[in-house]
Amino acid sequence: MSTRVRIDVDGRSIEVDADASLAAALITANVATTRTSVRGEPRGPLCGMGVCFECRATVDDVPHVRTCMTRVRAGMRVRTGAPAAAPLTAAAPPLARLDADVVVVGAGPAGLAAACAAAQGGKRVLILDDNDGTGGQIWRRDAATPAATWRARAQRLGVLVESSTRVVGVHDERSLLAVRGDAARVVGYGALVLATGSTERFVTFPGWTLPRVFGAGGAQALLKSGLRVDGSRVVVAGSGPLLLAVAATWARHGARVVALVEQAPAARVRAFARGLWARPAKLAQAAWLRARLLGVPFRMGWWPQRIDSAADALRVTITDGRRVAALATDYVACGFGLVPDVRLAAVLGCAIERGAVVVDDEQRTSVPHVFCAGETTGIGGVDKALLEGERAGSAAAGIRSTTSRAMLARERRFAAALETTFALRDELRALTAPDTIVCRCEDVLRSDVDACASWRDAKLQTRIGMGPCQGRVCGSGVAFTHGFAVADARPPVFNVPLSTLCGGPDSGA
Amino acid sequence: MNGDGTSSRATDVLVVGAGIVGVACAAAFAARGATVRVIERGPIGGGATAAGMGHLMVLDDAPAEFALTRRSCELWTELAPDLPPRAEYSVAGTLWVATDSAEFDVARAKFVRLREVGIDADLLDESALREVEPALRPGLLGGLRLPTEAIVYPPVVARWLLDRAGILGRPSMLFARVARIEPGRVTLDDGTVLAAGIIVNAAGVDGGTLTPGIVLRARKGHLMITDRYPGQLRHEVVELGYIKNAHGAALESVACNVQPRATGQWLVGSSRQFDVVDPRAEPRMLARVAARAIEFLPCLAHMNVVRAWTGLRAVSVDGLPIIGEHPTQRGVWLALGHEGLGITTALATAELLVDLVERREPRVPAAAFDPARCVVARAS
Repeated sequence: MSTRVRIDVDGRSIEVDADASLAAALITANVATTRTSVRGEPRGPLCGMGVCFECRATVDDVPHVRTCMTRVRAGMRVRTGAPAAAPLTAAAPPLARLDADVVVVGAGPAGLAAACAAAQGGKRVLILDDNDGTGGQIWRRDAATPAATWRARAQRLGVLVESSTRVVGVHDERSLLAVRGDAARVVGYGALVLATGSTERFVTFPGWTLPRVFGAGGAQALLKSGLRVDGSRVVVAGSGPLLLAVAATWARHGARVVALVEQAPAARVRAFARGLWARPAKLAQAAWLRARLLGVPFRMGWWPQRIDSAADALRVTITDGRRVAALATDYVACGFGLVPDVRLAAVLGCAIERGAVVVDDEQRTSVPHVFCAGETTGIGGVDKALLEGERAGSAAAGIRSTTSRAMLARERRFAAALETTFALRDELRALTAPDTIVCRCEDVLRSDVDACASWRDAKLQTRIGMGPCQGRVCGSGVAFTHGFAVADARPPVFNVPLSTLCGGPDSGA
Repeated sequence: MNGDGTSSRATDVLVVGAGIVGVACAAAFAARGATVRVIERGPIGGGATAAGMGHLMVLDDAPAEFALTRRSCELWTELAPDLPPRAEYSVAGTLWVATDSAEFDVARAKFVRLREVGIDADLLDESALREVEPALRPGLLGGLRLPTEAIVYPPVVARWLLDRAGILGRPSMLFARVARIEPGRVTLDDGTVLAAGIIVNAAGVDGGTLTPGIVLRARKGHLMITDRYPGQLRHEVVELGYIKNAHGAALESVACNVQPRATGQWLVGSSRQFDVVDPRAEPRMLARVAARAIEFLPCLAHMNVVRAWTGLRAVSVDGLPIIGEHPTQRGVWLALGHEGLGITTALATAELLVDLVERREPRVPAAAFDPARCVVARAS
C-alpha cells in the first residue's frame, strides 16, 4: 500500500496515492474530466504519455499543465475546466549548457541500448526524456527484468539521464534546446541518437472523445502511473499486439476485461500468433498467453462503431460488419496501432519515408552526426528497438556493433509481419461520421475537413492540428480517413513557455 | 473546350496567385461581370497570407500609404458583417506603445494627424495605458489607442472571397504552377497555355520571377502562437518602434507586436530580415522576438508557445505596393509588393486595380503605386 496524500481538486480535498501521476490519481478519485473543450465538451486523459494535451488542468495556478506528466504532491491545488490566467511571476532561470559526446533523445529500450553501447565505447553519454523516469512507455515504472537490467547497466556505465526534459528543437550547430520546467538548457552533442519512439494511431468514431475512453497505450501508461482499476470493467478495442498487453495488465490489476475487440480477421491473427511460438522472447507472446490464461474473451474480426455515455457507464457498440453487439463498461482502451514519432527528426531535417525516419545499416539518418533507432525508424517492438539502439549507439561512438545483421533482419521481418497482420480494414474509414470530432484540441468536425484538399489546406481552413498537440493525435487519424500526407516540421517540438526560447545562439550560451 | 475542363467561354481575367491580394482582385473583377480564373500553386491563402498576423491597420507615414490603408479598412468594415465566424473578425483595437519621450512625441503627432482626418484615436498617459491594457509592464510612457482597428484570420477570408465570387470550384480555380506571364497569356509548368485579355500578377514574393524586371525583395518574418489564455489581452499591442522597423532599411530588426486572437491565443511577433529566403524558423530570431515581446508583456514569459513559423513579405524598391499595368507589357497588371500590409490593403488594391483597368478616376490616387518605378530594363 502506497503512502496517501491530500490534494485539493476544485476546492474539494481528496486523498490520493502519493506516487501516482496526477492524471491517474484524478481518474482513480472519479475525476475523469480535466478540461472543457473548445465546444464545451468534457475531456479527460487520452494518451497518458504527454502527447495529446487532453489531460491539461490548472495546477497551483499554472494553466495548461499536463496532469499525466505531473506527479502528485501533498497540498497540490488542481483546477479542472477552463484554464486560469497565465501567472505574472519572476523571470525564468538563466540558460544553462550541457555537453556530451553522445546525446540520446528518449529513454525507452532503443535509447537505453544506444546509451549503453556508446558509453561502453568510452563516450560521455547523456539521455534526455520527457517522462519522469527511464524505460519509455513499455518499461514505464517497470522494476522487473529486462527493464531493471538495462537501467542498472546504464547507471553502471555512467550514463547521465535528464528526465522530465522536453526537447524543443535545434539551438545551433550540433546543439539542441531542451526545457525542464521553466528552465531552458542548451545540449551540445558530438553525435545525436534519436529514440523518440512512437505515438498511437487513433481511428475516429462517435464517442471516442468521451472521458474514460483512453488510447490503448494510454490505458497502459495510466495504469503504470498509478491508476487503480480493481473491480472496474474495461473494453479493449482496436488493433495490434498492444491490445493483448493492455488486457493482460488490466486483468492482473483486478479489472474485468469485458472483451478484447481486434479488428484484424481471426485467421490472420492466429497465423501470426503461431509464428510467435518460434520466438520465445517476444513480449507479445507472453501477453497473448497471459490474456488467454486470465480468460479474456476475444472478439477477432470485430471493431468498435460508437461509444455512448449512459448513466454511470460507457456503452460500446461493436460490429463485425454483419452483427452488432453492445458492451457496458467503465473504461475503454482503444488504439489502432502505433506510428513513429518523427517530429524531432523532421525539425532536424532528417529524411522521412512512409512516416518513418530513413536510416542506413548503421542507423545513420540523412543528417550528419544524427542517428535514429527503435520505433522511430518503423514500428517493430522492443527487440528491434534494442538491436537498433545498440547499433546506433555503437555507430555514434565510432565503434563496431556487437549485434548481427541477421538478428536485425529477423526483427524487421517480424515488423513487416506485424504490419500485414494488423493492417486496418477499410470499414474503419466509414466509422467517422460527418459530425465526429477529428481534432480534439480545436474540436474540428469531419465534415469541415472533407472539403479540404490536403493536410495544409485543412489546417488553414479548419484549424485542425493547430492546437497544443500540434497534430500528434488528429494527424494519424486524418492520414487514415482522408489519405492526407501529414508532415510538420515546425519548432517547438513540444509546447514550452515563451521565456525558454529567449536564449538564442548569440546569448552567450 | 480545353483538356483541363475549361469551359468554352473565354476567360476575361487570369489571376496568378490565390493569396489575399489575388483573391480580392479576382472577386472584384467577378463582381464587375468578368469571367475570372485563378491559378495557385499551393493551398488557397497558403503563402504570406497564412503567415501574417491579419491585423487591419491604418498607417499614416506616407500620404499614399495612408490613403490605401484607410480606404481598405473602410472596405473591411463594410465586409465584416458578411464574414463567416471562422474568419475570426474582431475589433480589438490597436495600442501603439511608447517606451520613451521621443516615441510618445511620435504617438502625439500621430494622434493629431489622425484626429484631423476624422479617425477615432485616444492619446493615453502611463496610467491610462495600464488601465486599458493591464497586461503591459509598468513604466511605459503612454500610448495611442485606435479603438476601431480589427483583426481577421486571412486564409479563411481568402477562401470565402473566392467562394462568394463563384470562383472556388473548377474550372475557375486552377491548382497549378505558373512558369511565365506574358501579355495575353500565362504558361504553366506543364506547358499548358492559358489566354486572357487581362492578366493579374498577384504572386507575392514570386511575382518578380514570373514577370522578369519587376524588382522585389523578400523580407522574412517570424511569428509564434501560444496556447489559449482567453481574456488576458485586449488590444493588438504594437511598440511605436515598429514603424521605424517596418519602414527602415535595416537588414534585420525586431519589434513587439502581440495580438489577441479570437481563440484566446496570443500571436507573438515580429521580425524583419531582408533577403533571407530559407523558410526555417531560426532560434536566434525566435529568441529576439520572444525577448522583445516579454519586455512589454511580462506574463508572456510563462505562456506556452505551441508553434512558430515564418513567412516572406514581398517588398518593392520604395516599400510601397506595385499596383497597375506593366509599363511595357500591355494587359499584364500587377498587384505586388505589399510588404507587411497585404491583408489590410488587399481590398483597396483590388478596387484600385479595377478602377485602373476600367479607366475610371480611382478613389485612391494611383501615382505612388505606378509599376513603372519598380521595373528595370532587362539586360539580355
